[in-house]
Amino acid sequence: MTNSALFLVVLITALFLVGAALIMARFLAPRSWNNLKGQPYESGIPTRGSSWMQFKVGYYLFAILYLVFDVETVLLFPWATIMKELGAQGLACVAFFLVILALGLAYAWKKGALIWK
Amino acid sequence: MQQMISLQDLTLWIDEFLRNLFGGTWALLIEFVLIGLALLVAYAVLALFLIYAERKICAFFQCRIGPNRVGIWGIFQSTADMIKILLKELIRINRADHFLFRIASFIVIIGSICTFAALPFAKGIQVLDFNIGVFYILAISSLGVVGILMAGWSSNSKYTMIGAMRSGAQLLSYELSCGLSLLAVVVLAGTMQVSQIVEQQSDLWFIFKGHIPACIAFVTYLIAGHAETNRGPFDLPEAESELTAGYHTEYSGIQFGFFYLAEYLNMFIIAAIAATMFLGGWMPLHIPGWESFNKVMDYIPSFVWFFGKTGFCIFLALWVRWSFPRLRIDQLLNLEWKILMPICLINLLLMSVAVIF
Repeated sequence: MTNSALFLVVLITALFLVGAALIMARFLAPRSWNNLKGQPYESGIPTRGSSWMQFKVGYYLFAILYLVFDVETVLLFPWATIMKELGAQGLACVAFFLVILALGLAYAWKKGALIWK
Repeated sequence: MQQMISLQDLTLWIDEFLRNLFGGTWALLIEFVLIGLALLVAYAVLALFLIYAERKICAFFQCRIGPNRVGIWGIFQSTADMIKILLKELIRINRADHFLFRIASFIVIIGSICTFAALPFAKGIQVLDFNIGVFYILAISSLGVVGILMAGWSSNSKYTMIGAMRSGAQLLSYELSCGLSLLAVVVLAGTMQVSQIVEQQSDLWFIFKGHIPACIAFVTYLIAGHAETNRGPFDLPEAESELTAGYHTEYSGIQFGFFYLAEYLNMFIIAAIAATMFLGGWMPLHIPGWESFNKVMDYIPSFVWFFGKTGFCIFLALWVRWSFPRLRIDQLLNLEWKILMPICLINLLLMSVAVIF
């Protein structure tokens, strides 16, 4: 219970730091507005269109690969803590699991998903 | 270990004093406020010091003098910068998503402070000590990616968009190696609680105890962690010659300051985790069998050990940063997926074999 309460304290501390600084800046900093100032900075050239558009698919591929391997690390953490009790049998199972995942990585590698185009 | 100077006595004394003065509930509340304040002060002071140290060290690497006008040796330079940045205007972008634009700086700072609070600074000085500590650190530190993606997307500018995408790909990829390297330590320690991991290194640090796999994990963690901080040869997301400032191009004033702050503190956090997991945290250097040597080492206070080791790791990071040219994005992703990832996976198996047999 104390730990959760402490986590809340830390969270509120973080919110306080940002919030207080923003409020301070509101009073201390000058404020003015004109249309040109509100333009996004693109090296002085007027912006054309919105930048909320379709983006390169390569990033998406890496995100999917990341998802697979990150879930794997999450699964391995509980095993790591009780590994000494499980012994060689547990290790064999995890090694099998890792080999399957490595095959996945090898497949992605062979298919060219890791090559940046 | 008994004679080691400890700050635990001080905290226990404060606790007892407050309890006698106000009674249970109020004492707890006041302690919470004190903890929050202490965290804020530590966070801000460390950030100021780190920015100054970075500028000074980088200057020496490049045969310059660095900041030397404000105060002796320019030690108040970063304080002056902070005051100045508070006084700067917060520019409002026309077609941005203002809600996400605001929220992004909150999220980046939350991710950074929540990780910061889980570090063991000295004997008995650790705010959050979960039994899933390592897991918590990995989970909450990846909140930064969300903030960065939000910042880049909500600004509605091409530079920030490209910067955020690059940053996302890089941070996500290198998080895997970070996690797998720390997993090797968890295998060695058999626990995820940070305080117990430090406790277990009382006879010998993990980097010496864990044979070769621990050394490999240390190196992979340093590389991956360095990439996690968006700095050095891995600073593509904010490559200033290509993208002006990457994902925080549109931020100004104190909102930019938060990203800057989080970046420097993340460097500290990565170094501190490396020091805690591999170099024994606040634990002094003990060598089994050398009783008198161990006793002498115990006289050095624990926070000196912690900050010394962390400082060493930070210096390594700065050294790398100012020595290597920037990578291309394909080189960056190759390094992670084709070199670091397989090494980490094999190293994990090696480590578990070494622990079991």
